[in-house]
Amino acid sequence: MNKKIGVFICHCGENIASKVDVKKLSEYAETLDDVVVSKTYKYICSEAGATLIKDTIKKYKLDAVVTASCSPRMHETTFRGIIKDGGLNPFNLEIANIREQCSWIHDDPKIATEKAKKILKGAVAKARLLESLEPPKVKVIPKAMVIGGGIAGIQSALDLAEDGHQVYLVEKTPSIGGRMAQLDKTFPTLDCSGCILTPKMKEVFSHPNIELITYAEVSNVDGTIGNYKVTVNKKARYVQLDKCKGCGDCAEACRLHDRIISEFDMGMGKRSAIYIPYAQAVPPKYTIDKDTCLMLTKGKCGSGPLCVEACPEKCIDFNQQDTIVDINVGVIVVATGYDVLDPSALHEYSYRTSEDVITSMEMERLINSAGPTDGKIVCPSNAEKPKSVTYVLCVGSRDETACSWCCRIGCMSALKQIYLLNEKLGDDVELNICYTDIRSFGKGYEEFYRKIRGMNVNLFRGRPSEVRNSEKGLIIDIFDTITNKLFEITSDLVVLVPALVPREDTETFSRILRISQSADGFLLEAHPKLRPMDTFTSGIFIAGSCQGPKDIQDSVAHASGAASRAANILSKKEYETEPYISVVDEDLCSGCATCISICPYDAIELEKQKDDTTIAKVNETLCMGCGACVVACPSGAMQQRGFNDKQLLAMIHAYAKEED
Amino acid sequence: MAKEKEFEPNIIAFLCNWCSYAGSDLAGTSRIKYPPNVRSIRVMCSGRVDTSFILSALKEGADGVLIAGCHPGDCHYQTGNYKTKRRTLLLKKLMDQLGIDEKRVRFEYVSASEGQKFADVVTEFVDELKKLGPCTLKKEVK
Repeated sequence: MNKKIGVFICHCGENIASKVDVKKLSEYAETLDDVVVSKTYKYICSEAGATLIKDTIKKYKLDAVVTASCSPRMHETTFRGIIKDGGLNPFNLEIANIREQCSWIHDDPKIATEKAKKILKGAVAKARLLESLEPPKVKVIPKAMVIGGGIAGIQSALDLAEDGHQVYLVEKTPSIGGRMAQLDKTFPTLDCSGCILTPKMKEVFSHPNIELITYAEVSNVDGTIGNYKVTVNKKARYVQLDKCKGCGDCAEACRLHDRIISEFDMGMGKRSAIYIPYAQAVPPKYTIDKDTCLMLTKGKCGSGPLCVEACPEKCIDFNQQDTIVDINVGVIVVATGYDVLDPSALHEYSYRTSEDVITSMEMERLINSAGPTDGKIVCPSNAEKPKSVTYVLCVGSRDETACSWCCRIGCMSALKQIYLLNEKLGDDVELNICYTDIRSFGKGYEEFYRKIRGMNVNLFRGRPSEVRNSEKGLIIDIFDTITNKLFEITSDLVVLVPALVPREDTETFSRILRISQSADGFLLEAHPKLRPMDTFTSGIFIAGSCQGPKDIQDSVAHASGAASRAANILSKKEYETEPYISVVDEDLCSGCATCISICPYDAIELEKQKDDTTIAKVNETLCMGCGACVVACPSGAMQQRGFNDKQLLAMIHAYAKEED
Repeated sequence: MAKEKEFEPNIIAFLCNWCSYAGSDLAGTSRIKYPPNVRSIRVMCSGRVDTSFILSALKEGADGVLIAGCHPGDCHYQTGNYKTKRRTLLLKKLMDQLGIDEKRVRFEYVSASEGQKFADVVTEFVDELKKLGPCTLKKEVK
């Protein structure tokens, strides 16, 4: 029996209708086999559009629906829901993508209309062969993993834990806190960064629902939404975590005390080989740096390791090994943050050749009263107070040759530092800012900017052509585009505000998680406006600056959003997955096992039949629905639901045939 | 005398759901213009593209077939893109023996962020097929 198909053509306001003649397309639709009705409407995704579809399904007793509209990646779920409400199995839906793949790329209405007809023809051809499908249900493990312990990861973990879910928070470095822990004060309110962050870090540490796993990295992810198996490599700390009380006697005793460059202090300070990144670190436990420790690099440390001698708890263990654990969770929140661009490659700024050219993150450590200089602002070359400081904004940002994007925090962080420098150094120190545009877009930001403008600060609009060394100090050549004049600024200290870039390991890491990167290299969201915390991999969410540069307030909001999206899934016992799995035609299967060798998920096994023959059997929960086995099957016994050979060949036929 | 109508090749594109279909959508969202000669078929993975699909398309009247999948290492299903790439390379070798120009089949890596690349690939492919002229396989099979 032939199917009764209804076609619904969306104007999408003007998005489709201004290029595609929807009336003509509708008339054409009615000429296609099995199409019993075709309707056009301004927005078929709207409530009124939904009613139109549901009423038409009932009136014409439709078996399948084709929408000619936006991409299935946009509204497939919406339309499935609508036809389900109309009484159909939700998989009796096919979408002709005439917006992203037609009206938005063709200016000529004639061409667009002709192409839309073709696209619709293919969609109807497949719709004639659609089958009702039942999505498999997976049990949801009511646990979450948050990867990254910066402010975004901390916020997501706390939100999920407060919701009553068990959370594993995995952090790569010895302590949580991330970038925010390195900051002195935050804009625009000048809250002390540590004062607002450390209580949250403590909360993470003591929360009964959070298991904190620091100094560990995710090395593999298997499984799917509801049931991910995450392999975590816990790096050896060479300190027994449960015994260490964080007294610090070991670091004091270390032969390399104050001789190793501190990553946390951005190279402005020193630490020992056994160390805690900073005083408020969580967990408050020591770690031995295996790349510098004499025992671990040379096998001996003088007459014996002094840390072992000093440790009152006897918790140092040089034989400790990395341990690998598998953790099963239902959802994953990725909050891995960003890197700061190393300005060395931008030679014009002399970052490598002058000690007194520093980055704003390095300045952050100098301003911080808990930093390497106890909050004293000094030139690194001579440890003296500078008489003038010049900020260079957009270093690598908004620059086609480096990073095309805006770092979103550079302007405000520089203005904040200028304010703090004026407070600490006094009015007699000259402060200059070279800016491209001041972007003060957030709440209270513009007001803060006005406050700085009212201070004794010189603003130059433009990018310095060069920062060069001279006997008088550093010279900055800048053409000010407001006064149209070339200036030569002499300054003791130059602070570069570099671009924010994706973390170095984003590419490998996104592969482990099977999520995508956007063109700029940051992690890709499922939709920039409507699904900014989702990825295209169900059950994996992104929070904070791993998705793109964000300030603290936006990171926290994004992270809470991601936690809430993750909690949506954790609050369900079962989750419906895509039904596009492979299925074996038992009459055709010869049991040759070719499919087994090709399946990347070990989802197929041979099963003995009553007559002693063997046939392939697909495990529905393991099958991910790639369809590789279908192609491999020599007898055509394997088919993929929703994408079977007949359906795809019908589309090929519809598209390949010359114009009717 | 009426000007002879320029040959417009008919291209069928198999696009994987996760990378290339999204890349093709992005070309639209970014309003990048490219020729209208391509009709896409969405598959969950490029590994689902059977070589018989490619031959069927050419046999039934398509002038070119594009298969696009995720970049190496990015496949949502681990290795589907490699499987199809290998098969396509093999098919291209056989095509010459069948008397079809192997340039009529093209395998490309297009990620979800490569809207411009998708448009460029289609534009280039259309130009190339225009040079090759219509695929005669359909007539020959008849």
